Amino acid sequence: MSEFLQQLLNGLSLGAIYALIALGYTMVYGVLRFINFAHSDVFMVGAFIGYYLGKLVPEGTLWGGLLVLSGAMIGCALLGMFIERVVYRPLRHGPTLNVLITAIGVSLLLEYTGQIVFGAAPRTFPQIFPTANYHVGSLTISSNQVFVIGVAILLMIALQLIVFKTKIGTAMRAVSLNPKAAQLVGVNNNVVISFTFGLGSALAAAGGILYAMNYPSIDPLMGVMPGLKAFVAAILGGIGNIPGAALGGLLLGTVETFIGGSQFSTYKDAIAFAILIVILLFKPAGLLGKFTIEKV
Amino acid sequence: MKLASRLLLTLVVLALALRAQDTIKIGEYASLTGKEASFGQQSHKGLTLAIEELNAAGGVLGKKLELITEDNQTKPGESATAVKKLISRDKVVALIGEVASGRSLEAAPIAQAAKIPMIAPAATNPKVTQTGNYNFRVCFIEPFQGTVMAKFAQTDLKAKKVAVLSSVSNAYSVGLAKFFKETFTANGGIIVSEKNFSEGDKDFRAQLTAVKAAGADAVFVPSYYTEAALIARQARDLGLNVPFFGGDGWVADQLLEIGGEALNGCYYSTHFSPENQDPVVQAFVKKFKARWGANENPDAFAALGYDAAYVLVDAIKRAGSTEGPKLRNALAATKNFSGVTGVTNIDANRDASKPAAIIAIKNGKLEFLKTVAP
Repeated sequence: MSEFLQQLLNGLSLGAIYALIALGYTMVYGVLRFINFAHSDVFMVGAFIGYYLGKLVPEGTLWGGLLVLSGAMIGCALLGMFIERVVYRPLRHGPTLNVLITAIGVSLLLEYTGQIVFGAAPRTFPQIFPTANYHVGSLTISSNQVFVIGVAILLMIALQLIVFKTKIGTAMRAVSLNPKAAQLVGVNNNVVISFTFGLGSALAAAGGILYAMNYPSIDPLMGVMPGLKAFVAAILGGIGNIPGAALGGLLLGTVETFIGGSQFSTYKDAIAFAILIVILLFKPAGLLGKFTIEKV
Repeated sequence: MKLASRLLLTLVVLALALRAQDTIKIGEYASLTGKEASFGQQSHKGLTLAIEELNAAGGVLGKKLELITEDNQTKPGESATAVKKLISRDKVVALIGEVASGRSLEAAPIAQAAKIPMIAPAATNPKVTQTGNYNFRVCFIEPFQGTVMAKFAQTDLKAKKVAVLSSVSNAYSVGLAKFFKETFTANGGIIVSEKNFSEGDKDFRAQLTAVKAAGADAVFVPSYYTEAALIARQARDLGLNVPFFGGDGWVADQLLEIGGEALNGCYYSTHFSPENQDPVVQAFVKKFKARWGANENPDAFAALGYDAAYVLVDAIKRAGSTEGPKLRNALAATKNFSGVTGVTNIDANRDASKPAAIIAIKNGKLEFLKTVAP
């Protein structure tokens, strides 16, 4: 029983990180109807900004950690908006496929520029937050795990509030529903789309920092695998749907952890992805997604 | 104008002639960047030091040695490309590489087909030299290392129940885990849990939680240093405080950098320890520091890279030629060659049998524990 609870906790903390990254994929898809493959590399840049900022603040202090976290989020938000302005905006009225291919290009550009700028060797991420282990019965909870789950929940609530309770959120939903009509009623599409990219990239940066805190070895290709998993999580939950992305991330993390702890650990990723295929066979739009017929 | 262009042409021809002037080209492929950068950097520094020393002493067969290095970025597939380029474009007479078994296995068939002798400094998987008769190594192999660690677990750690955590996509890890299990169970030990992960994984909490529940006395982790360090940290987070132990894949400064305190009370086996007070070892450490800086400590791979160069040059001298078949025969006949990692005897399988050193990690420092003879 205690092993089950421990694994559940491990799975939820891994899933919370997937969920944070998945939110970025889903938001951009929701507004622009394309998959921003460069998102997983913004996640990597977030971790590296944290690495460099982490050297400037004293290790293991709460305010220092929060400063690093917000610094990385701001840095990545700017990077996300910059990418959108320079690369995606000129292509907005072209076919979706062009934007998709460009996104892959941006992703590779970031990965290999990272190898030149940061170096290809893995770095050790500093302990930016104070750490401790708590024992509850036979359960061991590390402060990092609590922190990851806590920050993820807070950010998801904040995101939900922004999207549904603020003016810019309403504009985002309007652009998502019909960009032309939104423009006609006075919504500035460019501002809304920039904001979406900024918000998504800030979440990716938070994910990057949380990931690096739990697995303190970072390198320019660190975003590839979590990015792929988060993409899958976004699809699983129903792409374009914010609670769906969170649910998908938590589900994928938990399933992966339970298989990793069983005798089938060799097939951890294979089984996790097979479950995804089965779910999509029965629910093609994802768990919380609505199936809409697309006009061709 | 005409004169200038002629002068330029003469200069170019001269430069080309100088470049092509008799040097003996040795090709090196190594993971200088990427996840296992420490392996490639160390072997490269050892190898470069040896080549510079040999050239300072006048080279070999009246010619200087030229080391041509290719970086495989720790990526699968890159070693094959690098080795093809070294053989066909640079026309190297011999190859030195790699530290990792998986990447050595990529290059071995290419060297074999081209009849270019290849010396792996530290690839311990038996298959590396089984590829063909042009593939050599100057280190011990996994059956030996697995046996050493199995006996160490039983006699020194007094462990009866051991869990094994290995990487399924890494030839070194799979091989070492297999040989460890064979000896450990043959001597009456029990493997209580066997869990796998893949290269590049960073989350091991799932496997470790299962290992903890299985009640192991110690955990054998035959992986490379990044994984080993992350595993130790996550294990301590989960309250799994038994000793962890591994093989030469743990050798890197980054092990302690990433793992920190979590690694105290852990052990690994390796080829060489700079803490060994043998005068030959200490002389090498001194030369290494003089060449690469006082903060640079040579590890096992630097020492093996250094020895690989000397073994090769020794064979070139005895062969009196750099032709593939002659050089191969001379390499195969290497006997009682004494280097910084001990005496190298190339056996019928083109492997070297050498002693293993066991290192203990205490208070964030490496301590030389003992040497186990083959």
